[in-house]
Amino acid sequence: MGGLGLTFAGFLAIADKKLRVVEDPTVEKVLDALPGTNCGACGYAGCHQLAEKMVGREAPVDACPAGGQEVVDAVAAALGVESVKTARQLAVLHCRGGNAEAVRRATYRGEPTCTAANMTGGEKSCLYGCLGLGECVAACAFGAMDMDENGLPVIFYDKCVGCGACVTACPRNLIELHPEEQKLFVYCKNHDKGPLAKKDCTAACIGCTLCVRGCEVKGGITMQNNLAVIDYELCPQDETPTVKCPTKCILFDDEQKMTKEYFYSTLSKKTG
Amino acid sequence: MNLKTFKRGIHPAYHKELSASLPVERAAVPKQVVIPLRQHIGAPCEPLVKRGDLVEEGQIIGDAKSFVTAPVHSSVAGKVKSIGPMPFSGGGKVNSVVIDTAEDFLPKDWTAGGEAVDIDSLTPEAVRSAVRAAGIIGMGGAAFPTSVKISPPKDVPVDTVLINGCECEPYLSADHRKMVESPVDLLKGVKAIMRSVGATRAVIGVEDNKRDAIDAVKNAAASMNFAVEIVELETKYPQGAEKMLIKAALDRTVPVGKLPFEVGVVVNNVGTAIAIYQALAYKKPLIERVVTISGNGITTPKNLKIRIGTPFADIIEQCGGLKSGLGEMLIINGGPMMGITQSTLDVPVTKGTSGITCLAATTIKPTKYDHCIRCASCIDVCPMGLMPLKLGDMGRMSLIEKFNEWAGLSCMECGCCSFVCPSKRPLVQWIRLAKIRAREAAELAKAS
Repeated sequence: MGGLGLTFAGFLAIADKKLRVVEDPTVEKVLDALPGTNCGACGYAGCHQLAEKMVGREAPVDACPAGGQEVVDAVAAALGVESVKTARQLAVLHCRGGNAEAVRRATYRGEPTCTAANMTGGEKSCLYGCLGLGECVAACAFGAMDMDENGLPVIFYDKCVGCGACVTACPRNLIELHPEEQKLFVYCKNHDKGPLAKKDCTAACIGCTLCVRGCEVKGGITMQNNLAVIDYELCPQDETPTVKCPTKCILFDDEQKMTKEYFYSTLSKKTG
Repeated sequence: MNLKTFKRGIHPAYHKELSASLPVERAAVPKQVVIPLRQHIGAPCEPLVKRGDLVEEGQIIGDAKSFVTAPVHSSVAGKVKSIGPMPFSGGGKVNSVVIDTAEDFLPKDWTAGGEAVDIDSLTPEAVRSAVRAAGIIGMGGAAFPTSVKISPPKDVPVDTVLINGCECEPYLSADHRKMVESPVDLLKGVKAIMRSVGATRAVIGVEDNKRDAIDAVKNAAASMNFAVEIVELETKYPQGAEKMLIKAALDRTVPVGKLPFEVGVVVNNVGTAIAIYQALAYKKPLIERVVTISGNGITTPKNLKIRIGTPFADIIEQCGGLKSGLGEMLIINGGPMMGITQSTLDVPVTKGTSGITCLAATTIKPTKYDHCIRCASCIDVCPMGLMPLKLGDMGRMSLIEKFNEWAGLSCMECGCCSFVCPSKRPLVQWIRLAKIRAREAAELAKAS
């Protein structure tokens, strides 16, 4: 038995030397710099493949959309090239129609995923809003999302890396990526006319155009198909258009406060 | 007696006795109709009317330029109230024309002028263009434009027209009543389809639980001297599925991913054949259809001839309303096996609505599903010869590539697998989910 062990040990020792795959050590270094969650947001099969492509100069230094500036700097250092500035992208949920705001008209008993519920229209009266079954939360690989007590997903400002997994997960296209500098958002996607939208949800955009008139630059906010749309090139993003909004569906500077710590401190003791 | 049928399949409780013997009644004219501009598979129609326009009964109100499409017509005379997205029975909202019925509206008698044409002398092109103009789509539920279905490619010989009179969905009896009440119209429609595709043989497949329909069609054929074969089939679900019916009635197998053209067959529903006849003879567009309202939650089950665009709420009211004291209700567009449960009664009856099934929510026991015990019951019943237990799991875990490899896209969502599963696993639901995701993935791949 001992002899057998020795024979195999010898064989393995030789195999280790002879069959060694020599990997570029920079790949290892770059891989260490990357987040390592294999989220796939870069378009490659995982962090290792991206690292290989970065070393081969096939992918740019800032190809990892999830990492932010730190990762770009670290990758640049590992590759020995100059770092570039990246704009941080954040996911924003464009719906504020939770259980308290949106009218429910049916009970959904099917498979508890949003894509399945979307086939029948879901529980809420509003056919544009959040279905509340958390497919986006399940898609988030960074622990940057959770469902709140009102039945809406919450994106943690401090944790979101802008990988876009939740954007593709949402069957109603309610989540969008926005650059960090953008701070004014319309939190609704309802294209129905005012009275109809109002009937469905108390937080709906009713197309009253008060924000359009409130915006200091003409064309900064426009009404498209009964929904306010912000032109980020023109609109000076400040609080003025939000003041008059009767349903509070256009808000300024509302995303930052929702950090992970803050969110869990707001949960009632029962669930928290 | 050994009746013809296909392999596998299931025997659900049919409950046809609730409505099968009730003659078709005409539904009251609705005060307002909501006519979706996309009731078919294919390109959505563009509205041809504006807000405030006055429209006639049968006037074309929406059309599209594409080949695979069907125009829509106004089912009442009145004034266009608005055009915009409205709830739709297929889920979500669809651009629709809302028409307020005129107060002095009198339904038009389309048959008043007698038959306008002689069916036996029509050219194939004339049949197709009349079918296209009348906006006829497959009325069994799939809603595929009929003008496309009866235009076989030039190099494909079609020898047989197969008419689908199976109506294998539980509760539904609309097709049954149509065969009993208007067999002559049906047979004339069959002749028109034969002319359009150049077929020499016509077969009507009917399940043996509709004896009176078989007799009615046989008698009519004899009096017309029309050599049509009426094939009696064993009652089994999903016999009304196109491929299953071809196998059962003609013993031909349609290859995976191919159309019935491949084996020289064109399949049409009995309702479609009748609509084709009425379009040719009376120039009547598809503005009304027979719908079965049934289920244990409705006060009086009925077979109603309903104008397209009538809201479900109106229809349910005419059937005495929902039974009280049963708690929550499931209102299903179609039958319980393949229909879609509705979240609102504002949705309108469309060309593809074959039934409205109202079931007390307690009928379907909300059981939690359990582990798969590998009993292979779902494989035993899958009419497409798939492995639903595997496909279901792939759907649940979003393994789309594998799902495609295992031919998941050839699933027709008949639901036999979920029906027989002893662990109550929602197999067809997972497969449906996977099919949506597979299509999304294919679109993404195409875009990039």
